[in-house]
Amino acid sequence: MTDKVKDEILYDHNQDGIDRRGFLKCMAWAGTGALCVMSGGVLKSYSLSRLPGLSSKEALGELSFVQISDSHMGFNKPANPDVAGTLKVAVDKINALSATPEFMLHTGDISHLSKPEEFDTVDQILKSAKPKDVFYVPGEHDVLNDDGKQFLERYGKGSKGAGWYSFDKKGAHFIGLVNVMNLKAGGLGTLGHEQLEWLEDDVKHLKHSTPIVVFAHIPLWSVYPEWGWGTEDSAQALAYLKKFGSVTVLNGHIHQTLQKIEGNVTFHTAASTAFPQPEPGKAPSPGPMKVPAEQLKSVLGITNVNYVQGQHALAVVDSTLA
Amino acid sequence: MRKSVSIAILVGALVTGMGTIATGQKGFLASAPQKPETMEVKIDNFSFGPAALTVSVGTTVTWTNRDDIPHTVVSTEGTFKSKVLDTDEKFSFTFSKAGTYPYFCSIHPKMTGKVIVQ
Repeated sequence: MTDKVKDEILYDHNQDGIDRRGFLKCMAWAGTGALCVMSGGVLKSYSLSRLPGLSSKEALGELSFVQISDSHMGFNKPANPDVAGTLKVAVDKINALSATPEFMLHTGDISHLSKPEEFDTVDQILKSAKPKDVFYVPGEHDVLNDDGKQFLERYGKGSKGAGWYSFDKKGAHFIGLVNVMNLKAGGLGTLGHEQLEWLEDDVKHLKHSTPIVVFAHIPLWSVYPEWGWGTEDSAQALAYLKKFGSVTVLNGHIHQTLQKIEGNVTFHTAASTAFPQPEPGKAPSPGPMKVPAEQLKSVLGITNVNYVQGQHALAVVDSTLA
Repeated sequence: MRKSVSIAILVGALVTGMGTIATGQKGFLASAPQKPETMEVKIDNFSFGPAALTVSVGTTVTWTNRDDIPHTVVSTEGTFKSKVLDTDEKFSFTFSKAGTYPYFCSIHPKMTGKVIVQ
C-alpha cells in the first residue's frame, strides 16, 4: 500500500498530471499487454503483470478481453533478440488468468517486415492462448510492399476497405480502424474519407448508452506529432462518437502505456510485446530502446502498471506493486 | 595603325576563347561516362542525412538505412520508390534530369528529404 502511494503523482511541475519519475518507471516496463474489463460501461485496464493479484471478481466484470500489440515478429536487434519468447510470455500471462478473457485484440505490427513466416509464427504462438478469437488491425509494419494485401487475406475476412470492421459483444460495440495506409510525406496516421464515412454510418443507429470500444494501431490522439504519433483526421472520427456516454480508444504503435481522458473518451496505448520505445521527445528518435538483456527479462511481467484516471491532459500511468 | 592593333587583339581573344571552349567540351565528353558521380544519404535516428542534397545531373545517390527499424525511400512525386530497407540495406537512384526531388519514408512519413539536381 505504501509502495502504491509512493507511485502516485509526487511531482507535477508542469501541472499536466505527469509525475516524471513515475512516468519513467512506466517506460521501463517492457510489458506484455493489457487486460480490459468492462463494468457498467466503464473500461478498466490492468497490465498483464498485475494480473495474478487481481481477484476473479475484478477480472470478470461484464466483459473481459485482452489487448496485445506490437509483437514485431522478425525483429532481432539488441533491444530484444527473442520477440517470439516474449510473445509466449504474454500468452502465458493470459492463460494464467483466473477467468479466461472472451477474446483478444491485436492492435498491429504483428510482424516486423510483413514476411509470411513472421505472421505464421505469431499465429502459431497465439494458438496456445486460451481465448480463441483474435481481432486484428494492421500496423504499418504489416502492410509493407503490398499495400496490405497479405494482411487482408490473413486477417481481413468480412472487413471493409483496408480492413476496418465492427462487431458487438455483450452489448458493447467494437470498431477496428485502419490508420496506416496511404501515409503522406510529412503527415501522420490517416483514416481517410471512405473509412470515416463508413464509421459515421456504422454508429448512426446505435443507442447513446452503448459502450463503444475503438481500436487502431496509431494513436487516435495527438501523443507526439513530431514523431508521427497521432492520426491527422482522428478528430472527425471522434466527432461521430461524441453522442456516446462511454468511448474507449485502444491503440499501440508507441510501445509504452499511456492514458488520456477527454470528456467521455478514454484513450489507452498498450505496451509492446517486443521492445520498448522512448518517452515522447526524450530521445533523438523513437527507435527501439535498448536495455541490458537481463533487465529486459526482469521487467517483463514483474512491474505493475495501474491506469489512474486524472483530470489533466495526460493521466498518470503508475507502476510497482512488485 | 591604331585600328590594326585593335583587330589583332580581338583575333587573339577569339582564338583563346575558342580554345577554352574546345578544351571544356573535350573534358566533358571524356569524363562524364567514365566517372559518374555518386553521393550518399545515411538514414540515422529516423532522419535522412543530409536532408537536402544538391548533386549534378547524372549523379547516383545511395541511401543506407543505419537504424534498427526498417525504412523506405519514396519520391513524393512517384519518380522513385525503394523496397523496404532493413538495417544496413541500401537503395540507389540515378538522377538524369535537373529538378528538385522531394522524398519521404512511407512507413514513417515524418521523415522527409530532398535531392536537388542541377
